This record gives sequence, structure tokens and C-alpha cells, in this order.
Amino acid sequence: MMSEITVHVDGTPRRLTVDTRTTLLDALRERLGVTSPKKGCDHGQCGACTVLSGGRRVLSCLTLALTQDGARVVTAEGLAARGQGADGQRSDDGLHPVQRAFIDCDAFQCGYCTPGQVVSAVGMLDEFAQGWPSAVTEGSRPPELDRAEVAERMSGNLCRCAAYVNIVPAVQQAAAESGPAAPGAEVAE
Amino acid sequence: MKPFDYRSPADPAAAVRSVAGNPAAVFLGGGTNLVDHLKLGVAAPDLVVHVADLLPAGIEELDGGALRIGAGVRNSDLAADRRVRERFPVLSQALLSGASGQLRNMATTGGNPLQRTRCVYFQDVTTACNKRQPGSGCSAVGGWTRHHAILGASEHCLAVHPSDMAVAMAALDAEVRVLGPDGERTIPFTGLHRLPADTPERDTVLEHGDLITAIDLPALPLARRSAYRKVRDRASYAFALVSVAAAVDVRDGVITDARVALGGVAHVPWRAHRAERVLRGAPATEETYRAAADAELADARPADGPDGGNAFKIPLLRRTLAATLRGLVREDAR
Repeated sequence: MMSEITVHVDGTPRRLTVDTRTTLLDALRERLGVTSPKKGCDHGQCGACTVLSGGRRVLSCLTLALTQDGARVVTAEGLAARGQGADGQRSDDGLHPVQRAFIDCDAFQCGYCTPGQVVSAVGMLDEFAQGWPSAVTEGSRPPELDRAEVAERMSGNLCRCAAYVNIVPAVQQAAAESGPAAPGAEVAE
Repeated sequence: MKPFDYRSPADPAAAVRSVAGNPAAVFLGGGTNLVDHLKLGVAAPDLVVHVADLLPAGIEELDGGALRIGAGVRNSDLAADRRVRERFPVLSQALLSGASGQLRNMATTGGNPLQRTRCVYFQDVTTACNKRQPGSGCSAVGGWTRHHAILGASEHCLAVHPSDMAVAMAALDAEVRVLGPDGERTIPFTGLHRLPADTPERDTVLEHGDLITAIDLPALPLARRSAYRKVRDRASYAFALVSVAAAVDVRDGVITDARVALGGVAHVPWRAHRAERVLRGAPATEETYRAAADAELADARPADGPDGGNAFKIPLLRRTLAATLRGLVREDAR
């Protein structure tokens, strides 16, 4: 069964006809030529396909394209200047601060999972700014993005590269640049 | 993937009619489990009815501190909700210990308890599985059982329920609001899931076409002192080997009330009534925690397997239960 849908991808409305079985990931990559979301495991286990939908990080491999009719989807490509940034944040070179930080910190090796890591980090920093706790958040003070917090919050993105260790400093650098958490984002007693 | 039709109805009643009228129809919530099953061939529906966006996505305040959680509320929103964190920390912690940030943004309150077992044989269509194909046999019997049940299993199925959220819901005496072809009804959360017996293909007591519309959390003051402790093979993003959801009330060193549920050990989120009976009225000591675990695990039956089986879950659960209770009592003494 084929259906016509419109998905706003990186700021541009894209009309396409998809089978009911088509995932958002396959629609982006194979139908629209948006190849920054990567097909890793294709079963929701690795995070390489992470995109923002409605501003939230989700797995495009477990999302049926039909459910995204009218949705606003941002990929790693769209975080840079030529697309519409998800959160309006850009550094002077047109890259999103998270992208800049990944380059500065050498937070990737083969790079295959990097777009998913970058998008996940952008979504995660927004969640942190809203005061969302994580499984390792303790106490009543606002959590800091220490190594434990970053590792836990990024645990949905798996990477076997040796450079894995540099992802944490990259996310911390991007967090420092984006400033303190939003007012009222403290953790509840 | 087998071809299927897709509908996105306007309201829950229309969704129920669509599924109830077609034996090969399924509801699609956040999709984190179902879409994977479509790919694996574990599920092969004729019709997929998308409900994630039409179910209530808000958390409603009820009398006396109780909460009504719409079935469309995402796991991430539920875990972050200030009222949940203050009144029912065990639930927030259980949600945050499950899956990943991306998956929690997708998964829904209504869908989470209905996710299916991650038993490898259930997910591998080339193996026998009574849950996937009734009467075909159980490959876990004599197979790899590290992640399988030690309580309430049958000779037909050793699978465990994978949800963390459901374990907390079972401990909190949550109630499930269901819309079916014949109207609305409410069922206790602890009565939602079924033990496998000789029909392991039925995970729950829901009938075809029944749609969870909300889950109610009754007021439970002692839940302000509650916690979820999960043990798994890696630090994050893995299913529980064992888990404990607990809430206790302690006065002058005596446990006056307790709620305990266990995860990773049974076909259902396992409400530990026997342990609770030992805990109530007993001194908050290591001896009591041990006695509570002994009572609950008296009928535990570990499974063998080429991987060494799952007998390790018994001492692991003893220690995890004691550690959870010890932590709560210490917190209470502060």
C-alpha cells in the first residue's frame, strides 16, 4: 500500500510516496538522498540512525515514515549552515557547536556513527537544559554534565572506534559553549 | 516484511473498532518493539493502526496526590515529570534505567507494558518458540537461559517480561484503564500480565482490540521513599538480569509498610507479596531482608543451560533486594 506524505527535512518540505513498510531511515536515505543518518544495526540498538523529530532525538530505523507525515525532521546535515538548525545555534564556520566540538576533540575515528552521535548529543543537551534527570543523576542539585552523566545520556549510541573516549569531552565542550542550563531546570527534591 | 495496510484514526474509539474488526490488526504505539518485530518476521499483521498520537499525552492530577498518566505520554516525559519524581521516584528511576534516550523519547506509557519478551528464541524465527508459534516447543529449555525466568515459568516457556517501568507499576498498585469493543474498564496492573502456563502466546489478559488509554497511580505516601535497582551485564542500555522496585515506611526502626516487585525473573513483573508480608512489622535489619528474600524465592526454579544456566539470579536477587531495602531505610533515617 502506497501513500503520499510530506516530511520537513532539514527545513525543506519534501513530498514523497512511500510503502507502508518504509522506515523514516530508508525514506531519508534511499528516497530523498539524505544520507547523513546511517544504517547501522537497523534494529534500534546502535543509534547511528538518530534524527530529531519535533526537536527530540529518535531512532529513524524504528520509525515508520507514514507516522512522520507533517513532521519536522533534522539530521546531522541539517545542523550545519546549509540546513535549518534545530536549535538556532551555529558557530562562525557554519557548523553547529556540537559538530565543531567533535572536530576539535577528534571525537570520531571511522566516522560512520558520528552523525548519529552528533544529533543524539544535540538532543541530549536540550534534554539536559530542560532539567531532565538521567539514571545516574543523584541528589537535589542541578546535575553537571560530568563524565558519568554524558556517558549515560549518550549510551544509546554505540561505537567500536578507539576514539570513543573523545566523545565525552566533545559533548562537554559543546555543553560549556551553550551555557548554563535553563532557569527552573533544577532537579526536584 | 509482509505488506500491510496502515490507518491513523481520529480517536481511540475508531482505533479500537479498526483493530477489533480484524483479527490480523495491531496497534502501533511508539514502534520501538513492533517495528523491529515487523522486520524480524516475529509480527506479520495485515493492518497497522497508529495510536501513539491520538492517545492522551498528559499527566492528570487526581485526588490526594494520585496521577493519571495518558497512554500517549512518552517514557522520557514521564520520567522527567516533577510530580512523578517527587511522589513516585521508583517509577522515574525504573524508566530512566530502561533503554536509551532515543527510545525513551519514542516509547509510550500504553505501549511499554505490552512490549514483548527479548528471549532470543522468541525473536529468532528459525527456532522453536511456543510464544511465537504455539505448540512448536521451547528452545530455551536446554538452551541459553542466562536471561530467563526463575519464578512462575512453565515447561512451555521460560521467557521474562522485559519492561522496567512495569516492575515499578506493579509495586505501586497502578491501575490500567482499557478501552475495548464493549467499552471502558479498569484492571489492576498486577492482573495485566499472565504467567505462561500452557498458553505462553498470551502475554496479558487483554483481548484483541483492547487499547490501554491511561494508567492511574493511586496516592501512596510511602512511595516518596521508593527506589528501583537494576542489575545488568553492562552499565547502561541493557535489559535487567534482575531488578527490584521497592517502597518502605519505617518508624522507630520497624518496617511498618512495604511494596516490592521484581523484574528479570518471571513472565510477569513479579509482585513480591511473600517478601512484603515478612517485611511488614519486622525490624529493619539484614536478617529481615534475608528472610524476605528467602520467603519470596522459596519456590524459585533456576534453569540449566550451556551458558551455565541462571541459578546465579537467586543469590543476585537476594543481594539486590537487601541493597535496595538497606538504601531506602538509610535514606529514611536521615
